[in-house]
Amino acid sequence: MMFQRYARQPASGGGSIVALRTDEVSRHRVRLVVIPRDADDLSITQFATLPEHLRAGDLVVVNDAATLPASLPGRTARGEPFELRLSAPVEANRLYGVLLGPGDHRTRTENRAAPPAIGIGEIVEVGALTAKVVSVAGRRVELIARETGDVLWQALYASGKPVQYAHRPEQLPLWAVQTAYAGRPWAAEMPSAGRPLTWDILLALRRAGVAIATLTHAAGLSSTGDDALDRALPWPERYEIPRRTIELIAEAKARGNRVIAIGTTVVRALESAAEDAQLASVDGKQRGELLAGSGVATLRLDAEYRPRIVDGLVSGLHAPGESHFELLSAFVPRERLERAIELAATHGLSSHELGDSCLIL
Amino acid sequence: MKISGQGALVTGASRGLGRALAQALAAKGARVAMVARDAGPLADAVATIRANGGIAHAIAADISDKDAVHKIAGQAQGLVGEIGIAIHNASTLGPVPLRLLLDTECEDLAAVLETNLVGPFRLTKILAGAMALRGSGVIVHISSDAAVEAYPRWGAYGISKAAQDQLSRVLAAELEGTGVRVLAVDPGEMDTKMHADAIPEADPATLQRPADVAARIVSMIENDDKAKNGLRLAAASWEVAP
Repeated sequence: MMFQRYARQPASGGGSIVALRTDEVSRHRVRLVVIPRDADDLSITQFATLPEHLRAGDLVVVNDAATLPASLPGRTARGEPFELRLSAPVEANRLYGVLLGPGDHRTRTENRAAPPAIGIGEIVEVGALTAKVVSVAGRRVELIARETGDVLWQALYASGKPVQYAHRPEQLPLWAVQTAYAGRPWAAEMPSAGRPLTWDILLALRRAGVAIATLTHAAGLSSTGDDALDRALPWPERYEIPRRTIELIAEAKARGNRVIAIGTTVVRALESAAEDAQLASVDGKQRGELLAGSGVATLRLDAEYRPRIVDGLVSGLHAPGESHFELLSAFVPRERLERAIELAATHGLSSHELGDSCLIL
Repeated sequence: MKISGQGALVTGASRGLGRALAQALAAKGARVAMVARDAGPLADAVATIRANGGIAHAIAADISDKDAVHKIAGQAQGLVGEIGIAIHNASTLGPVPLRLLLDTECEDLAAVLETNLVGPFRLTKILAGAMALRGSGVIVHISSDAAVEAYPRWGAYGISKAAQDQLSRVLAAELEGTGVRVLAVDPGEMDTKMHADAIPEADPATLQRPADVAARIVSMIENDDKAKNGLRLAAASWEVAP
């Protein structure tokens, strides 16, 4: 099973036996299913009780990437409309993304019309930008905009909207898909596990002796509408881990404390960095020590994966049959996860990406 | 705080004190995102900094527009990276010549509050979180003696600045211990367009130059010991270390 951040729709034929609600929940009223890794007692509580579940000395790691207005309207030189969804951060004037046919997010991604055929060297309009196609692989494209710097960024924010899916028809404003600590706009979709982390809760964690560290991970798209592409998700994603975060992880580990990832993007960044560190030790360098700085996460986690750095995580709720459910089973036995989701359904929790949460530790 | 290498955001940066602050920060090695409504004067201000070897970017936007604020923050961080310094300098007097409060339209008071109070609040809400988790950042609110003194005809502006001072103090109290400093600064009377709009008869020769005031404010940003979190400082009584 592949690691996917958010499987927004049950995989076709997925035998989901439980019915989680699929509506949005105010970030101040999120509920939390607490799932111990090594015990059978499940419980449901308010997300705001998070500090009570952690111990002084534990470390919480968040992804501080802000969400890009990654859905952009486009048009070929022949006048054919398309939607460009950015899948990665904008690098200078280079745009990476996926093309969808005419229409909008109200149509399920897999039912969207195919994008117009576009060839290398073609000039297309994207919002107010004019861009040259420099790479095409199916729906995946790489464009170089004629505009740069101030003009490019103004145009992106003028015509871009957050990427959305069909289960929520209304267009979300950009502010609705940002965490309370978002910084650089690197994420194609919101690192939504951090949405319920209000400053009230973050400061309560600090008072409880729990340190909070950041990394920036360029969360990509969770769906492209193309089966072959979707099976290969997530694609390699850029991340950056500050030196201070590396130090805090080392200190927590040395004390015997736990590292809690807020969201699977944090899991992917930290475990990919750990993998890189292991590889680096082959050359006799830095034997297994995490390194600060930038990297590209290529690691694909699944139920067989044994996490090296991350001891626990906060995530959205995902029913059996969703690929994300499989990822969580790297941390907790499948049977217990199934019972947790049933319990959540019984209590009316929501599996919307702006819905309720679970804490596994 | 060391200015060099910081990402900075300055509102109202096309003219007057804002422009001088952007220049002073860029001269010390900050990458500056400059926000103003009028694209023409803003482009000119950015070009001047670039001609002097500084790093500056233009974001043409209205800070009082709720939908614009996340775009401003996103564009700024796309262009200059993490923001370590945010200066809320943009402000409006409301209609000029200045009017008595009893002659002030309700809508005009509301518009002044949107620009001078709610806009900075919204922008700080977006930028301060990342600063606090990184454990470093400075937020400066440009205030006025009209926030403290009751000058007839300065009602709408004075009310907005008094409220902004309190915004600054409460934010500082809530962020205490995170490494973020929140300051309010009374710049004093300067030779700016705003001053000329408010008091056309003033003799510019008796007014401070914006560049001199900007140098003092940048010095406050640098001086963690003296310009402590939560303080309201007067630029006139601040001594710039040699």
